[in-house]
This record gives sequence, C-alpha cells and structure tokens, in this order.
Amino acid sequence: MKKLSMVAAVLLASSVSACVTINIYFPAAAAEKAADKIIDEVWQLQNQGGAPAPAKPNEQK
Amino acid sequence: MHSQNLRLWVVAMLLWLPVLAFAAADLEINTPAISSLKMAMQSRHSQLASHYASGAVGLTRDGLVALRDAALVPLAQRQAVGSLVAAENQDRKALYREIARANGHPEWEEEIHSTFAQRWVQKAAPGWWYQNHGGAWVKK
Repeated sequence: MKKLSMVAAVLLASSVSACVTINIYFPAAAAEKAADKIIDEVWQLQNQGGAPAPAKPNEQK
Repeated sequence: MHSQNLRLWVVAMLLWLPVLAFAAADLEINTPAISSLKMAMQSRHSQLASHYASGAVGLTRDGLVALRDAALVPLAQRQAVGSLVAAENQDRKALYREIARANGHPEWEEEIHSTFAQRWVQKAAPGWWYQNHGGAWVKK
C-alpha cells in the first residue's frame, strides 16, 4: 500500500510538472490575445463603428 | 486508512491544476516599458493613420511598417514621414523584445514578432496596404 501511494505521488508530481513544462513552449493563443489588446490600444479600435461595443468581454477569453 | 490518505492527496493535487492552468493563460503586458512604448506608438498613430489610408505607408509581412509609395506624400512631408516610419519600427521591435523579456522568455521575441505581424494585418482598416506572404503589396 505504501508502495502504491509512492507510485501515485510520483505520477502526480510528474503530471503537475508537465503542466509547468508546457509553459516553456510558446503560448501562441496568449500571445495573440496580448497582441490584439495592444493593437486595439495603439490604433484605438475599441469604439469602432460609432455606438459603444455591446459589452465586449475583453477580460474574458 | 492508506487509501483514504491517498484519495485526499489526489484531490489536493487535482485542485491545483486549474490554478496552474490559469497562471499560464495570459502574457504579461503591463510593465512600465511596454506601457510607454504603447503610448508612444498610440500618439504616433495619429500622424501615421492618414498615410496608411493613402497607401503611402504599408504594413510589412514582418510586423513593421514601410514607406511603400513616397510619391503619395507631398514632397515637403516626405522626410517627416520617413522619420515616423523609422521611429515606429524602432518602437515595434522594442515592444516585441520587451514582451518576451517581461514574460521571462527573451527567446520568444521572434514568435511574438510574427504573431504581431499577423495581427496588425488582420486588424488593419479596409483600404490600407499590407505585404502578403510573397512580399507583394496588397490593398485590404
């Protein structure tokens, strides 16, 4: 039983560290989101089309 | 007793996963260096916008801007537009570098650069000019 819990602990630890490892690879979606946010600010695109955008979920997604 | 303990462990570990995923969700873009570059580019944009619209200045395929048709700029302004383009490119390169650095991965600079290259074109207004993959100028 003790051995089993050791194995489980090692497996969990490695899966958790795998999640952290993913971080090292380039986060393409996050980069795109960051780029869009900056471009909107630089080109001032938020209030395009006259009326204020209908509750743009800017912080989400 | 042991298996109960183990189950507790598993639950505790699983509870951490969303936290880790959340931490990886966003890139840091709120540093003083990035903010000041953004502000400089924003104020420069008011001067560049008319040149994007006329087609004198276009968006290059590598995420920068270029004077694509100087003849569209009145002679007296040509030099000024040239300096605007140079300053904009300097800030853009610095911006890509700073974002990579702010996130602790200077090696990401090139990928951030190419991400921006696509997004600038995507968000460009109709009528503006950009370079396609082959390097030819296309009107949006």
